[in-house]
Amino acid sequence: MGFVGETLDSLKRTQLRDALSQAISLGMIVTSALMIWKGLIYFTGSESPVVVVLSESMEPGFKRGDILFLHMNKDPIRTGEIVVFNIDGRDIPIVHRVIEVHEHGGTGEVDILTKGDNNDIDDRIMYAQGQHWLQQQHIIGRAVGHLPYVGYLTIIMTEKPIIKYVLIGALGLFVLTSTE
Amino acid sequence: MHTFGYRANALLTLGVTILALMCAMASFSDNFSLPSPSAHVQVLNVNWFQKQRNGNDEVSLTLNISADLQSAFTWNTKQVFVFLAAEYDTTKNSLNQISLWDAIIPSKEHAKFSIHTTNKYRLTDQGSNLRGKEFNLTLHWHVMPKTGKMFADKIVMTGYHLPEDYR
Repeated sequence: MGFVGETLDSLKRTQLRDALSQAISLGMIVTSALMIWKGLIYFTGSESPVVVVLSESMEPGFKRGDILFLHMNKDPIRTGEIVVFNIDGRDIPIVHRVIEVHEHGGTGEVDILTKGDNNDIDDRIMYAQGQHWLQQQHIIGRAVGHLPYVGYLTIIMTEKPIIKYVLIGALGLFVLTSTE
Repeated sequence: MHTFGYRANALLTLGVTILALMCAMASFSDNFSLPSPSAHVQVLNVNWFQKQRNGNDEVSLTLNISADLQSAFTWNTKQVFVFLAAEYDTTKNSLNQISLWDAIIPSKEHAKFSIHTTNKYRLTDQGSNLRGKEFNLTLHWHVMPKTGKMFADKIVMTGYHLPEDYR
């Protein structure tokens, strides 16, 4: 079949094959990153398994830019544990230590009070209006591991979005132009 | 093939891999230390014991806390967070766990201490069940590493029996 052979040859000449394989490798990078993230969510049981520390309220234990690894399971929350929680009406989750726990006998529900190690007073003032305690549903996970500095790039990128676009652009260009 | 970008990329990858490996090894080495801390806590006085206006019991205590947590420190330890918790149960709650006092120990040199203090956080019940209540005092410590996995342990000590009447 001379015709097919000719067409294939011309395809090769137009480097469509190259472009396709570039597109696939780019797709592979994006999807494997997504797989790792979703895999982490599954294995840790926490909806956000890795968080970056944004505030100084847990200094000097956790500094701004440190990364925390979260874990979530059925084990009850106890005092001393460092938990990440959401407050209704606040976008950014908070990483603080539990200082008080009351577990109800019948229902097994818990009332939790938290405080940042570097703060002078407990967190009741920053809970929602009229909220005295955190409940289990506010907790995203408990911190189990710590990696210093790594999250600082995230902070820089959120504060100066231009750096984010430059970085993403450079990476994209690198993937598209590298031929090996 | 051997362009500048390529070499820079390889160098960066190698550097990050080695760093990650060293962090993992530092964290793993913590498993080989077997800390054997000791602690002693004494309730010296009940400063006040009252029912708040909202009906919850509140107690103020004077405590003497001494502990030796030097063995909890390893070369990968940034700090040790230590706290004293009161634990008791009531008819309403199967567990009440209230931190009374805490401190950050920045280094091994400060890990042997003896302190005379009142409770830093309020010992307040959810309700009025504290009269004549027996509670456990537990010294907990959480080892916060420079990198890697966090550890925690505790020593349960003799409890304390609260007075039968407000004072």
